[in-house]
Amino acid sequence: MTNIMINKSLKIAIASGKGGTGKTTIAVNLAKSLGENVQLLDCDVEEPNSHIFLHPVISQVEDVNVSIPDVDLSKCTFCGKCQEICQFNAIVVIKNNVLVFPELCHSCAGCWLVCPENCIAQKERVVGVTEEGGNSDVKFVDGRLDIGEVMSPPIIRAVKDRTANSMIVIIDAPPGTSCPVIEAVRGSDFVILVTEPTPFGLHDLVLAVEVVRALGISFGVVINRSDIGDNKVREYCDSENIQILLEIPNDRKIAEAYSRGKIIIDIYPEYRKRFLDLYEKIESMVTV
Amino acid sequence: MKELTIISGKGGTGKTSITAAFASLAKSKVMADCDVDAADLHLILKPEIKYREKFYGGRIAYINKDQCTECDKCREVCQFDAISEDYIVDPISCEGCSVCVHFCPVNAIDFTEHLNGEWFISETRFGPLVHAKLGVAEENSGKLVSLVRQQAKLLAEEKKLDFVIIDGAPGVGCPVISSITGADAVLVVTEPTLSGFHDLKRVVQLSYGHFHIPTFVCVNKYDLNIDISDKIEKFCQIENIDFVGKIIYDKIVTQAMVQGKSIIEFSDGAVAKDITNIWKNMGFN
Repeated sequence: MTNIMINKSLKIAIASGKGGTGKTTIAVNLAKSLGENVQLLDCDVEEPNSHIFLHPVISQVEDVNVSIPDVDLSKCTFCGKCQEICQFNAIVVIKNNVLVFPELCHSCAGCWLVCPENCIAQKERVVGVTEEGGNSDVKFVDGRLDIGEVMSPPIIRAVKDRTANSMIVIIDAPPGTSCPVIEAVRGSDFVILVTEPTPFGLHDLVLAVEVVRALGISFGVVINRSDIGDNKVREYCDSENIQILLEIPNDRKIAEAYSRGKIIIDIYPEYRKRFLDLYEKIESMVTV
Repeated sequence: MKELTIISGKGGTGKTSITAAFASLAKSKVMADCDVDAADLHLILKPEIKYREKFYGGRIAYINKDQCTECDKCREVCQFDAISEDYIVDPISCEGCSVCVHFCPVNAIDFTEHLNGEWFISETRFGPLVHAKLGVAEENSGKLVSLVRQQAKLLAEEKKLDFVIIDGAPGVGCPVISSITGADAVLVVTEPTLSGFHDLKRVVQLSYGHFHIPTFVCVNKYDLNIDISDKIEKFCQIENIDFVGKIIYDKIVTQAMVQGKSIIEFSDGAVAKDITNIWKNMGFN
């Protein structure tokens, strides 16, 4: 179905800094335009949205577990070593009891490794799920952090553990610049930073660029709603020698289609070529 | 003194523009920006920094090469693959758990304070603002959020102000939880899209279902899809959540942002009226 030569099966992460700039839009349109041999990983596990546009048939749902301490009080001498090593206040020794705060635990293994009585075992705790499936063309995985859970990186890792070999992999990353974003984009061949030409868009793009540069991954920018706001995003990209890969104008029809779970190439089929060009451009920028 | 946090679930629904409008509308308040990894409120509020302090959110491991015997114990115990084959700690991967430090048989690993960011108390034309900047690719955004909130509260108490108005982060994870736990009320700003609605349900489940915080909902750009906007309103009725209003879609919001002004300062048109009604409907006046 694709009418370009795919030379490399790249792993491309789509990130943004600012939320709501169009990461998911770019991810699903790119995946659907490529059409085959593509896997989409939705790593925005706090608020996953790609499924709304891809309508995948989910064939496998699996719990994501993290390890937490399970203290055998009958053997415990209440020496306090576990509390001492824990940097996250997740285990506290009080007189003849040991309290574990599962949400605070980072699963660092410190307490069960340090316990001189060997009375701390590991127990699994569910913090969310991964959902795997697809439709006729695009393979699909997403993750969902359970409501009330604090840490999304374990779910993101579980989603990425399902990365397909020898396929083009497109990763829909969460917004922001901290640990969940790092977890999502790390290991990619290329990052597309999606922004909008507004002061907020620019401010957060600059931060996102710093993140991607710190990780040493090549990247380029897509400007969404490119005719709103001002010209400062373009000026910034010029001055930093950052390539603008694609611009998508503000279009109420696109926004309305998006609101109903439709993607750009559904309503403007001619955009498919622009997304394929985007992939080709990225291919030429990446040396694998 | 009451604490109101503005969140959204989905990013880019207009949290910060609406928070900035509230800065114009609320008379006696401290503003706080708790979206510490992509903080934008200062772009409208234009703070003059009065006080700044470095934020050390945690520690990270550092291996002293001259003492290291390359026994590999640290790599064995590290659960985060943060130590390379030539025994260098990757500061981005290091979780700051101290396990390698503890188990190193020759004490070759330092556990050093790690600079995660900086926080500020500022003056603005709307009153005081507490804000922060998380270092790029840093952890501990939850701790920094708690710190910003705590400082904003102290300031409000000291100056006898009525409100702390907090701009929150997108999502439902660590920074969001830190920005809403113990708040008096949460306003969720959503948009009439399937994504916005999907994310709204999750974030309401968090704020109201999980934490039992009084939760208000408003729909931004409601006329983009009136059908979904109505469904959101109905959802709120059924779930017993206060639906406090909807805001019309207008390019003027972007124009105000480009000018560095709150929408209330910039115009007295429909958007400004809609947001004023939302502020009134929350009953804080």
